[in-house]
Amino acid sequence: MIDGATQMKPIWYFVGWVLIVIGVLVLAAGLYYLIFPIDLDIALRGLHMNIWWGAVLVLGGALLTFFNRKPVKV
Amino acid sequence: MHTISMTVFDWAILLVYLGFVVWVGFYLKKFTKTDNDYFLAGRRNSALVAGVAFMSANMGALEVVGYAGQGAEYGLFALHFYLIGAIPAILFLGVFMMRFYYNGRIKSTPGYLKERYDEKTRVLNAISFAVMTVLSSGISLYALALVLKTFLGWNWDLSIWLSAGFVALYITLSGLLSAIFTEIIQFFLIWGGILLLPILGIIDLGGPTRAFTSLPQVYTHLWSITASAADNPMKLGWPALIFGLGFGISFGYWTTDFLIIQRAFSARDVRSARMAPIISSYFKILLGFVVVGSGMVGLALMRDPHSGFTLLHTGGKINYDSVIPLLMMRFFPPGLVGVGVTALIAMFMAGQAGNMSAFNTVWTYDIYQSVINKKASEKHLIWMGRVATVVGILLSIVGAYWARSMPTIIDYLQAIASWILAPAVAVILLGMFVKWISPDGAFWGMLIGTLVSFAMFMALELRWITPGAIAPGGEASAMAANFWRALWAWLISSGIAVGVSFFTEKRPEAELVGLVRGLTRDDEVEQVPLLKKPIFWASITTVIFIILNIVFW
Repeated sequence: MIDGATQMKPIWYFVGWVLIVIGVLVLAAGLYYLIFPIDLDIALRGLHMNIWWGAVLVLGGALLTFFNRKPVKV
Repeated sequence: MHTISMTVFDWAILLVYLGFVVWVGFYLKKFTKTDNDYFLAGRRNSALVAGVAFMSANMGALEVVGYAGQGAEYGLFALHFYLIGAIPAILFLGVFMMRFYYNGRIKSTPGYLKERYDEKTRVLNAISFAVMTVLSSGISLYALALVLKTFLGWNWDLSIWLSAGFVALYITLSGLLSAIFTEIIQFFLIWGGILLLPILGIIDLGGPTRAFTSLPQVYTHLWSITASAADNPMKLGWPALIFGLGFGISFGYWTTDFLIIQRAFSARDVRSARMAPIISSYFKILLGFVVVGSGMVGLALMRDPHSGFTLLHTGGKINYDSVIPLLMMRFFPPGLVGVGVTALIAMFMAGQAGNMSAFNTVWTYDIYQSVINKKASEKHLIWMGRVATVVGILLSIVGAYWARSMPTIIDYLQAIASWILAPAVAVILLGMFVKWISPDGAFWGMLIGTLVSFAMFMALELRWITPGAIAPGGEASAMAANFWRALWAWLISSGIAVGVSFFTEKRPEAELVGLVRGLTRDDEVEQVPLLKKPIFWASITTVIFIILNIVFW
């Protein structure tokens, strides 16, 4: 993660990982309730926004992590 | 009202976020070696990092939830808070003021007052700012607990102590460094949590055109309904908007409030510090459409009898601030509920962390080191910053319980800010642009401006005068009176500062180099390519700002 106390990964790298983990959880929730549906009292439930938005978060997080993987001097 | 129910996925998302902010505090501690690291994040951030943190410090829940509520009550008119009420002041800060603020000797806005004027002006400003931040943090904590109790059914006391504990932990460990780190995470979470609300709302309402045209004209225009205060739902005429909101309120907040400006101070050089607010201006405009757009979706849904959507009622009145949580309940399936709830909590924690990191800096440098212990070592200052954080958090908790027993205190928060910030901006602007303003002029201008603003507020509260008495043209709304009061405080402070300066001793010009326009060279910025110049990006924001005001005239 860091190379000594004078280098650290850019903040965007950590943002990327947080988005990936949260995105995976949102996506997993979407897929789980698609397979095991429950009675949801919400509007537009047919859109399955958790699947789409989870995928967007994972993709955005992966891009941020990939392009900011090199440590920087601090 | 039933509460938002959270599944195991939603809880996991919240726990991931809370676990991360705690880890950040411990991880960054090893990079926090000097007082500069602790209080100013080592002054090594890029313009983008400082700019995102600058914006994130303004994305506290009181702002986001509150302005969405304004959108639900007043429609598009609430966008004024994101346009005329923000953009000119943000750009002015970046283009003209930051080059004087960003200086090796200056670590806070009271610190600028010390360098430009004298110690007493600094201490006056520092004490009032410290009181304001602790109070603001307490009210933010109270609002968090209220939202969690109302919409999630969580225990009031537990919500307060837990969220305060998390913020105390990571700010105590790594100061501004961890505050900025977590603010950037919070920035993305907040977008991830609220960006979907206007999108799903517009789909639900049958598309953008149908959603927009379903509202009466007074809810879809910015300026064409301001010829008279009676023409618009907020009861504000254009003079109150331009002079009161655009100058009195907006400049006080965006150019003087150290909570916001501290993020730009963390930038690695003066150009990055100047770019930080300018970068944030783009996010500010976008955020306006998302936040006010969410409120307007709530407004349109309320007016649609088939939608079944209603806001909460508190004390017989519609609680417009309930619009964001209620839209989350209406649209968000499992998983997204976790993102939405986490975003709400992140907003509150961002607001509190911002207040605490600003408070510990102002307390340590501008009160403790300035008045109590002038010879404190660097190590001792970091220790004092950590103590100040813990004490500040404890005072915030006291403030939260105080607000619980007296909820009207929340209504006074903006008033308190304008007592302090409007006179401060008067003497700071004069200090930056007029070299003969004297230290005594600044001190008396700020003190009397604050007292006059307070006196006007009390006279209105006690009904000794009507709002029309301080609002030219007799505009009678409380909000108009608030805007005009800030402008009067600014003008009175400026007048006294100028008047007293005629008769009192001025600082020698040699001591003001780098602090005042006309005595400061701008070499660093002039030598960079056009695309790196703050004025270039500020010009683009200005064009966007003008176009939006015309399109939604």
